Amino acid sequence: MGEFEVHRVRFFGLVPAGVRCMAYQHNGRRLALARTDGAVEVYNFAANYYMEKVSGGRERGGQGWRLFGAGLSGDITEYDLERLRPARAVDGFGGPIWSMAANNDGTRLAIGCEDGSVKLFQVVPGGGVQFEKNLDRQKGRVLCLSWHPSGTHLAAGSIDFIRVLDVHSGRTAQRIMVNCHVPKSKKRECVVWSIAFLSSGTVISSDSFGRVQFWDWERGTLQDSHTVSSSAALSLAVSEKEDSIVVGTSAGATYQFQLLPVKAGGQEKRWVRTKPFQHHTHDVRAVVHTPTALISGGLDAQLVIRPLMEKVQKKGYDAALRKFTLPHRRLVSCARKARLLLFQFSQHLELWRLGSTNKTGKDGETLPLSRMPEHLLQLKSKGPEHIYCSCVSPCGSWIAYSTASRFHLYRVQHEGDSISVKKVPGVPKLLLPAYQLLCASDSGRLFIASDRGSVHVVQLLEPGGCKHLHTLRPPAGTREAVYLLASSADGNWLAAVSGDWEVHVYSLKHFKHHCTVPTYSCAVTALAIHPTTNNLFISYSDQQLFEFSIPEKQYTAWSRAVQNSGLHKLWLERDSPITHIAFNPKNTSQVLLHDVYMLCVLDKSLPLPDDSAVLVNQSTLKQLSEPARRRQLHAFKICKKFQVGSPLLFADLLDERCLVTVERPALDISAQLPPPVQQKKFGT
Amino acid sequence: MAALCEAFTLCGLGPAGGVGLGSGLLALEPGADPDHVLLTDRGRTTTLFKVSDQKPLGCWSVKHGQIITCPVVCNFETHEYIAVHDNKVLRIWKDEDVNLDKVFKATLSAEVYRIHSLPHAEPLVLFKGGGVRTLDVLLEAPQQEIENVISDEVIKWSEAFLESRQPVLIFVTEKDGDFFVYVQKPKMRSLHKYKLEQQELCNPLSFTAYIKKQIITLLCLYSSDSVYKVLIPLQQSSEEEEQTSSKSLLLNLSISGSVLKGTSFVVLDKDHVAVLGSLAASGEESKECLTIWNTKFQTLQASKELPLGTSGQLWCYGEKFFFTHGKVLTVVIYKCETSSLAAAVGKLKDSQTSDLSSFVNWNTLGDEELLVSLQSQQSVALKSESKMTLRSKKSAVANIQPDTSTVGQFLLSIKDASTAAVEDQLRQLLSKAQMPDFQATIGCIISALINRCKTDPKFYPRNFLVQMIQKGELSYSLCPDLMAVALEKKDVHLLQICLQRFPDIPEEITYACLKVFLSISDDYLERTDVNLESVISYIDIEPNNKEVKTEVVENGFNTELEEDGCDVTGMKETHMMDSVEFCPVGPQKAALLNAVLHSAYSETFLLPHLKDLPAQQAVLFLRYLHYLYVKCSEKINTTLPGILSPTISQIMDWMCLLLDAHFTVMVMLPEAKGLLSSMHRFVRAQVRLYSELNKIEGSLQELQRIKCQKHSQAYSIEVLELI
Repeated sequence: MGEFEVHRVRFFGLVPAGVRCMAYQHNGRRLALARTDGAVEVYNFAANYYMEKVSGGRERGGQGWRLFGAGLSGDITEYDLERLRPARAVDGFGGPIWSMAANNDGTRLAIGCEDGSVKLFQVVPGGGVQFEKNLDRQKGRVLCLSWHPSGTHLAAGSIDFIRVLDVHSGRTAQRIMVNCHVPKSKKRECVVWSIAFLSSGTVISSDSFGRVQFWDWERGTLQDSHTVSSSAALSLAVSEKEDSIVVGTSAGATYQFQLLPVKAGGQEKRWVRTKPFQHHTHDVRAVVHTPTALISGGLDAQLVIRPLMEKVQKKGYDAALRKFTLPHRRLVSCARKARLLLFQFSQHLELWRLGSTNKTGKDGETLPLSRMPEHLLQLKSKGPEHIYCSCVSPCGSWIAYSTASRFHLYRVQHEGDSISVKKVPGVPKLLLPAYQLLCASDSGRLFIASDRGSVHVVQLLEPGGCKHLHTLRPPAGTREAVYLLASSADGNWLAAVSGDWEVHVYSLKHFKHHCTVPTYSCAVTALAIHPTTNNLFISYSDQQLFEFSIPEKQYTAWSRAVQNSGLHKLWLERDSPITHIAFNPKNTSQVLLHDVYMLCVLDKSLPLPDDSAVLVNQSTLKQLSEPARRRQLHAFKICKKFQVGSPLLFADLLDERCLVTVERPALDISAQLPPPVQQKKFGT
Repeated sequence: MAALCEAFTLCGLGPAGGVGLGSGLLALEPGADPDHVLLTDRGRTTTLFKVSDQKPLGCWSVKHGQIITCPVVCNFETHEYIAVHDNKVLRIWKDEDVNLDKVFKATLSAEVYRIHSLPHAEPLVLFKGGGVRTLDVLLEAPQQEIENVISDEVIKWSEAFLESRQPVLIFVTEKDGDFFVYVQKPKMRSLHKYKLEQQELCNPLSFTAYIKKQIITLLCLYSSDSVYKVLIPLQQSSEEEEQTSSKSLLLNLSISGSVLKGTSFVVLDKDHVAVLGSLAASGEESKECLTIWNTKFQTLQASKELPLGTSGQLWCYGEKFFFTHGKVLTVVIYKCETSSLAAAVGKLKDSQTSDLSSFVNWNTLGDEELLVSLQSQQSVALKSESKMTLRSKKSAVANIQPDTSTVGQFLLSIKDASTAAVEDQLRQLLSKAQMPDFQATIGCIISALINRCKTDPKFYPRNFLVQMIQKGELSYSLCPDLMAVALEKKDVHLLQICLQRFPDIPEEITYACLKVFLSISDDYLERTDVNLESVISYIDIEPNNKEVKTEVVENGFNTELEEDGCDVTGMKETHMMDSVEFCPVGPQKAALLNAVLHSAYSETFLLPHLKDLPAQQAVLFLRYLHYLYVKCSEKINTTLPGILSPTISQIMDWMCLLLDAHFTVMVMLPEAKGLLSSMHRFVRAQVRLYSELNKIEGSLQELQRIKCQKHSQAYSIEVLELI
């Protein structure tokens, strides 16, 4: 097919924030995850663990569903999952909130505060929370809370002790000293990091001594104690059936405990430590026990989903270990003509110019650089808000970004080697918030994805101005925000995907809704409109690929052929979604796709591989003779140069012979993380 | 182990068939089915038996007055039966025929000796005159002229084989006490005649033969109670009229004083024969019995007494013996497994691989043995090819005795003949080279020669010994005294060859050699014939070449420039430098010492002997080792050029060994001081060099690492080809 000049970029210094806490909602099979930088992400397990929603947060988060967050600011915040932003906030009046727990039916919310108080809030059905009452206050911050499943009692963990509170009377029903049997001379502060209240009346605590302890709350006696780690046991989660718990430690290990009969078939059961896992390098700050999997999140920014094999019925997508470090969103935008890359960090943007070479070479060769890549610009966002989305125009002269509450547009002027940036004044105020920004290929228009399915079209004016042209809305209306956009090269069409996974196509000539792509029951992960044929190429989180002809308002013949023959088994079993689609401007049949682990050029003119064919066959093909090659060729040309050690964040075609890839070597990420808890290694 | 199992009676016999020689049956032949046998009596009847059911399936007789003269056989192809009555009348019939008078009949022009039926081949008809026809050829023209091959000899025995789809007929004739073997290939129209070597005072009684790998093995049971083996190659190129084929003793039928007078025998497998005969112990009445013998170990493996007497005939088909016992035809089932010494001591391995390094591999004896002994009967030219085989089997079988008549005579003659006469005889013997086991024979001869040498100081067939050792088929253990004698005679050339060739020299002898080599003066050695191959390429043999080199630069290090704190005077130093530069021993001595360095040894056993080495000799040897070490280090690959030159590790090992053995002596000895300090200096320089190399290696490794790291730099433009 040909040779590409690949610009391998590894200088995007993104460090994903550590996982602070998680909440799992069983019915919707969704996981809410709060990171240490305050970002909240929602993963949809039904859609192949696709990270469907991200909300730029502020500081520390808490949990619940409706999603509530609480943090050191002392506020309880409810998140609007449709508009993907904090909706309402209520002050807890207890100082920083260290813990939050909702009761089983989701009507009450308890918070544990810095001042030692536990406060109850009622969840108002319409939205928001209302203060109900204060429970008995004792000195010492309340670090963890757990409701008894019946909702009558609350267990609260503090430093050195656990309290059980009667919800009705508000009194402390039991106070358990966690380290009373430790001699006074050796006494250290023991922090109860996590607590769980079982319906049998057992309170399980994990503490900074690395112990997991089982208490009888009524008698206040210790039933069982397991030391899992020499460092702290930080997090704890119980399965719904209360027969299994998962504990995360600050050494990066997670342990499963199971309630097992002492003798086979006997009545007496004990908690037994069964499975250790070591997937993290740093503190495991949050664990979740779903019916089929243990989920852990750590300060190393990894989300690990470890299926419990005995609970998984068949080999499938759910039966594999999943690790997520990088977001499923596009953090890089590329100015193809100007050969610029815009990197989006949580608080700033970086603009880089790619290097160049004047040599050519053979496959696998590294070419000498005639010009080094250049860091042109760093744009810092003001205020605490995270940058939510950003884009650079293809000509490289416009940069736009948006935070939760503000939208910024900059005009970049290149004069020889020097560069100047000017903020565009008078940005229309009605546009917010923005979830995705896209510049038209002629750099004349900017599309801003917004809530309720709307897309704003803004005209970019020389030398530095803008004008709001129109707001496109789906005809039926929707409550979900638009999260992906694609525009055609001729400037006639715009496709927008909203949170309910509907793909709407608008005509930009008439600012009119053109058609809707037939709904598919999975999240759209990427889409793009072909520059010459105006076919809309869509990839879904279940790894399906569709091609939809916009002028004809129907799936193309190729797409139907793909659906008839089915994609290769290995293609469907890949575990990260396609996050970007690009086309070869010179060859209409070639489509560039990429996920975290591979780069694929899809040649639609070639036959599709069947399950017996080797999917990743590039290295084999290279050894074959020309006629033998022709027999082995198939549509998927996969390059796996970007292996697990160096995940691929972004890939794009600059022109028909030039590719750019942005990699983030995992080693570089871990090098930037704080050192983990000191571990004794043999021989050191 | 072979064993005789159950016995049962197949049928009763009439008055004609019975006990005693000359009576009994005419023959027993296999039928079409493996379980069937065809019994032909000496009268006019033939009967087909099913052996497992012990019952007759059919019985045919010729008319009164006629007599069946040739065993009835079954044509395996057509399932027809063929009989000859009254010597010339051929009858062919099938199972369903009842009356022999009505079946196919052909009258031949000559008298038939036997018909041999072979599976997948046309039956062969052997006429009494030695002519052979296949049945189909004969039936085309029954009255055809049959040539007379043998003049007035009488066919005693015949057998037919199929070798590579060609029928081969062998028969033995007798005339006036001489026995001749004829091998005929009817298809090839070839006929070979051999004369069986005569044995005094005894005659062959019975014959049997088998064919394997184009070689017919003819076994003859002699009246001297022995079984002899005669090998007859099938592919005989020469069309000589008559060849004498030598025989070798395979088996002596004697058990602890008692002797088995065999009457007939069969071959069971390559190691086992069954002999029917009467066992006669001295002074006791002889008993007839059936015995199975192992030829490999010369042992009787099973025997069964037959008190009712036999007719002296024995047949064997399909793991069953058939013989007449009293008035019945008895069947005895036997088992026969391959026997080996390994099996006997319970160490039998599955693999039959022959290991060339080991001298005796009991497992691989057998087939090869046959081949080898045959090859040794053939021309000497063949022998070089079979050398490896011979080597692997050397001293394999003590039981196979060399041709006693010639070798035995020779061994006797060794005891008194003159050196020249012995060497002459030896040459003759070797050129003849018809010994069945060359290795063992040579071992015997050399032992005998050495014995003569010991008793007769003047006797020393040096040339022959050198020649023999150079053939590379001897080992120390085969002729233990050889080296001792050579040491005594100070035959350094022989010792050198021994050290190079023998794999199993004891450390004591190695040490003795070393001592002798060191003690002999170079002047004496110059006059002796020593193989200089190992030194020729690094020692300047011409003395006037010595001035060519002026400075020694080892591995780029000039030892003279090394500053050192040793209190050695400058005089000595230069002297020592010279000694490093020039070989401290003559080339002859060096070659001999190299042979010592090359021989295998075990430190533990060598060290005690090495301690006895006189100090002066130890120093000399050390000097030579030092010289070699320096020479080695000159080359980047630290090897000396030349064939059989010592390796650096051998040199180092001997150096350490010598220093270990003579540590105190070396320290005390004033003349060793210079040598030691020179060695020390050199070793130190080497150590320094290697530590420098270490550093370079480290830097290079770092470079490699950096190169790898370069790969993971922050930005690169690479070429990617997608196909």
